[in-house]
Amino acid sequence: MSDTTFLATRQRREFLSRTACGLGSIALGDLLARDGLTATTGPRPFEPAAPHFSPRAKNVIFIFMAGAPSQLDLFDPKPRMQQLHGQPVPASFLAGLEDSLIKGSATVFASPRTFKRHGASGLEFSDYLPHLGSCADDICMVRSLHTDVANHHPAQLIMNCGTNMWGHPSMGSWITYGLGNAADNMPGFVVLLSNSGHGVDGGASLWSSGFLPSIYRGTTFRSKGDPILHLANPGGMSAKTQFSRIAAIQDLNRLRQTRTADREIAGRMASYELAFRMQTAGQELTDFSGESQATRRLYGLDQDKTRWFGSNCLLARRMVERGVRFVQLYHSTWDDHSNLNANLKTNCDMTDLPAGGLLRDLKQRGLLQDTLVVWGGEFGRTPMNEVRRGNTKGSEGRDHHRFAFTMLLCGGGIRGGQVVGATDELAYHAVEDKLHVHDIQATLLHCLGLDHTRLTYRHLGRDFRLTDVGGDVVGKLLA
Amino acid sequence: MSDRRLSVLILVLLCSAPVVAAEPVVQHWAYRPLGTTPAPTVSPLAEVKNPIDRFVLRRLETERIVPSAAADRETLIRRVTLDLTGLLPTPAEVDAFVADTSPAAYQLVVDRLLASPRYGEHWAREWMDLSHYADSDGYLTDQLRPVAWRYRQWLIEQLNADIPFDLFTRRQLAGDLLENASLEDHLGTGFLRQTLSNREGGADPEEFRVKQVIDRTEMVSTIWLGLTLGCARCHDHKYDSLSQREFFQLYSFLNRADEVNIYAPLPGEEADWREEVQAYDQKRDKLLAPVAAQIDKLQDRWETRLLDAAAHPGRDHHWDRIWEVLGLVWGGNLGEGQLEGWEIVKRDRRLRTQEEQDRLRLYFLSHGERIDPQQFKELKLDEWRNKLQKLRDGVTWPTRAQVMRQARVPRQAFLHERGDFRERGPAVESGIPAVLPPLTAGSQVDRLALARWLVSKKHPLTARVTVNRMWQAFFGTGLVRTADDFGVRGESPSHPGLLDWLAREFRDRGWSVKRIHRLIVTSATYRQSSRDRHDLAERDPLNRLLARQRSLRFSAEQVRDVALEVSGLINSRMTGPSVKPPQPKSVSQEAYGNEWKASPGADRFCRGVYTFIQRTSPFAQGTTFDVPSPGKTCTRRERSNTPLQALTLLNDPVFFECAQGLAARVLQETHSDDESRIAQIVKLCLSREPRREEQKRLSEFLARQRWYFSGGDPQAAETAGRVAGVAAHLRAPDEAAAWVAVASVVMNLHEFITRD
Repeated sequence: MSDTTFLATRQRREFLSRTACGLGSIALGDLLARDGLTATTGPRPFEPAAPHFSPRAKNVIFIFMAGAPSQLDLFDPKPRMQQLHGQPVPASFLAGLEDSLIKGSATVFASPRTFKRHGASGLEFSDYLPHLGSCADDICMVRSLHTDVANHHPAQLIMNCGTNMWGHPSMGSWITYGLGNAADNMPGFVVLLSNSGHGVDGGASLWSSGFLPSIYRGTTFRSKGDPILHLANPGGMSAKTQFSRIAAIQDLNRLRQTRTADREIAGRMASYELAFRMQTAGQELTDFSGESQATRRLYGLDQDKTRWFGSNCLLARRMVERGVRFVQLYHSTWDDHSNLNANLKTNCDMTDLPAGGLLRDLKQRGLLQDTLVVWGGEFGRTPMNEVRRGNTKGSEGRDHHRFAFTMLLCGGGIRGGQVVGATDELAYHAVEDKLHVHDIQATLLHCLGLDHTRLTYRHLGRDFRLTDVGGDVVGKLLA
Repeated sequence: MSDRRLSVLILVLLCSAPVVAAEPVVQHWAYRPLGTTPAPTVSPLAEVKNPIDRFVLRRLETERIVPSAAADRETLIRRVTLDLTGLLPTPAEVDAFVADTSPAAYQLVVDRLLASPRYGEHWAREWMDLSHYADSDGYLTDQLRPVAWRYRQWLIEQLNADIPFDLFTRRQLAGDLLENASLEDHLGTGFLRQTLSNREGGADPEEFRVKQVIDRTEMVSTIWLGLTLGCARCHDHKYDSLSQREFFQLYSFLNRADEVNIYAPLPGEEADWREEVQAYDQKRDKLLAPVAAQIDKLQDRWETRLLDAAAHPGRDHHWDRIWEVLGLVWGGNLGEGQLEGWEIVKRDRRLRTQEEQDRLRLYFLSHGERIDPQQFKELKLDEWRNKLQKLRDGVTWPTRAQVMRQARVPRQAFLHERGDFRERGPAVESGIPAVLPPLTAGSQVDRLALARWLVSKKHPLTARVTVNRMWQAFFGTGLVRTADDFGVRGESPSHPGLLDWLAREFRDRGWSVKRIHRLIVTSATYRQSSRDRHDLAERDPLNRLLARQRSLRFSAEQVRDVALEVSGLINSRMTGPSVKPPQPKSVSQEAYGNEWKASPGADRFCRGVYTFIQRTSPFAQGTTFDVPSPGKTCTRRERSNTPLQALTLLNDPVFFECAQGLAARVLQETHSDDESRIAQIVKLCLSREPRREEQKRLSEFLARQRWYFSGGDPQAAETAGRVAGVAAHLRAPDEAAAWVAVASVVMNLHEFITRD
């Protein structure tokens, strides 16, 4: 066994002693067997690992619409609200509610949008989302989600990390921890950001690796400027200087390793090698010159308002092609407490065309069957106009609503062209197939071949998992 | 189900039953009293510096393993300097130590380091991880806490002064309750102020208050007891003998404390501010005299409405909201106690302090319009508000600090089902889990009693858990590997006798932290070489037997500090508010509304411990090098090795500037040949002379860089950066640029960011 192999083995043993018997016992033999093969290449940060069972999807693109887009104006039409418009919410909806935001004081606000059925499945989408609508037959629309809190950051933590406590790993971290990464020159969990004025409420806590080792943290990647922090050479250093600098560093590290037999140095050298490859791969990823005009139009790169989010969508596809396991797009903010009609249009105009383009492009390239695409926010919005100064006619908005909201799933392992779940006539509560965020998380992991109860990590004396103590795989969603 | 499992289940269900009493036979090792095993005898030939070595050597003898030889002197002084102060030894210090072979030489170095003010800066970081310190609130609005640093400063001073750990504990948990509490005592409770605050509109203040108390309860149990009570928040602990009720009994101790800020004069601010305040009081009364009566009347009505809304939620949603907003926004961006506004309104006006009265009045004048918009306008109260604010702003108030104060009205704790603040179960009184020895009978059952109990001789956990964390800091791993879990699911100690011996030394000899640090670093065990040994690869791959030291990658702060140190750019200022070193804009833009304006001048070059911590967009270099999330207690940091770290060291302009600084320094200080300049760079960075083959490789590299940059490479000037101006005798930027490249290579070596 070479030094390098020894290092890899030891690190994994130490690491696996923290994993649950489930994943550990399955993966241990596998990992140790592979040690023989990695002798000359050094440890890779994200050694691909075997799932618990045969997966339906290999990658995930999670489009997280931060701030909570209004399900009532995009996905869940309620004709009855037109009759109740301007009236107080009937008391029957409010019985037993103890929610700090919803005091039942506001009046019903019927959606100003119109809805249209799309495709053979007849899924309904608001007129603000024609492009997502055009992919209706591939989309599974879940209308009956609910969550635990109605504040942005805590709810965003629940959606991403399974709990509203800080310091827990996010979904992308759990998945790369469970499955590793198939990309040679890129991290396994990449985060892309865009916004219509404000950044994401929860910031970096949403793509934190929490108590998992930090290699599983989401790496933020930008479509403009330096794609990854400090990817560009410093202070006017040319490519040849950079290359000779790294060569000297590697040589000196090697001299030290030969003399001291310190096995950690091998890991450091591997990191420098990957860093150098990332410098090239990162530039190559963001270089869209090889994409056809048609593709650029599909993602809206030819228009100002769609270019930012569209670039992120195209980057997501290019990353998935290169084996990146979990790509998360954050777009913020959909927090329309007032002027909902106008603000919603801004965000839809920025994102609908590229999101639809992404789904179609993935499909035409045969990538959709292996890629699970998710679209949604942290909770929903109230059926009532929010009582807020200035929210007069024409500038109405909606408050936070945790009892019912909608999410879209598409691709790898998901049965498209269907609606799952239903809400009452005001979309106040989910009444059919009520699903918790943990159920969606359990189902996502299931599509990737992971049992959410077995993907655990020992921390503070307890085996933690993404779904905390809940979550059931939802059979109805699956193909 | 087997009978045994059934009986366990029944025990778990009977949550308050003292499980230990039911199973008296086996008591978990961590709950047993400290053992009194004396240090064992070992072979007379063995290298024994102090009793620690006897425990370690005895174990090695039984395993028939020989310990490693002592590290060479360059390595040793580098190791102990980094471990005690977080910084590198200077080449002169290395030379002196290498030359001084007298038996006392090492001891003298250790004494010097323990007395260095840099010691406190280095060790404060551990307590910042434990308390999850930050300069902002967390959550969506993530507002600033401009005086959070007072707690950090307090930590640095306490650690430098080697305040005994029992007093240090009492101050952090209950400094306000100590008899004749001094400012120093009060400042300690800043420890409890590191929990998050949610100021987002619509958040339920009680929900997030409960969350804070739960967080504090978990902090106390993890940091002092090594018990993972977090699970018992929602249900009885599955493995350890802890019920949910017992969790909320501990919670109850901390539930009766309120967040407040106080005036905490810094040295130099003490002079007569009280007099100035008296003068201000008079001026204020004079200023407001024309409208005081009307304001009082209106404010009375406003307060009555607020109290009514608080007592009868749902009666009028406008006033519900106004009450709620007061509970959310009070003292925002000043890091004040969030619920203090509520507490002031609830307090009889006659009992309020003048300061409370003043601040509430200002709040009322800014937010109270709804009580009578007409009168507000007629009396022009907004103008009066501005006048009053201006008067206040004219006073030189002393710097404030975040502390805790006993709640004025005792607050009943309840058992919250599933940890949910809405689900109030039965009332719970303060108490200690039954598995541990009880509080002293007859004493007042408050936070101070809890703090005293934590450091009493009655239970063994505090001393064991604390010396274990110290061991972890010096060896990378604790004697108990699970530093955060001494419960039945945690691991057993590798050297139980040593753990207990150290715990006794600590507890029974005055709780001196520096004394234990000295014991550890002067042991032969600590001084061993860290070289990997092939003979141990199979037998002890994790070095549990301590037959050698371990190489450890620097912490994020050390990586930064050491780069600044060798560059000569480091700012040695030791106090004051947090600073923002430069970083790309995109880092802060990742969160909702954060801004990161780099600090000007020399503040950019402060040590990492002083870097501003914004919870929703933490400083990127820190995150990349494993600074833990500032939302949760961390007892042991990761030491990862990622390509992002390589990119940071290679390309981050801050590190590149350090390379320029190092090059400038060497070109200025060493006016001789290439060889001695290269040697000086290596000595500064690696605390040793370069080996011949290293010297050769660096010379080759230098030659190649000269060739690259010669012939007027337009980029040379940029690469040379600050060097060009500094080294006046080196007119040519290409020569300077080549040296910058050499410096940056050495600053990217694994050895540079590793302590062997």
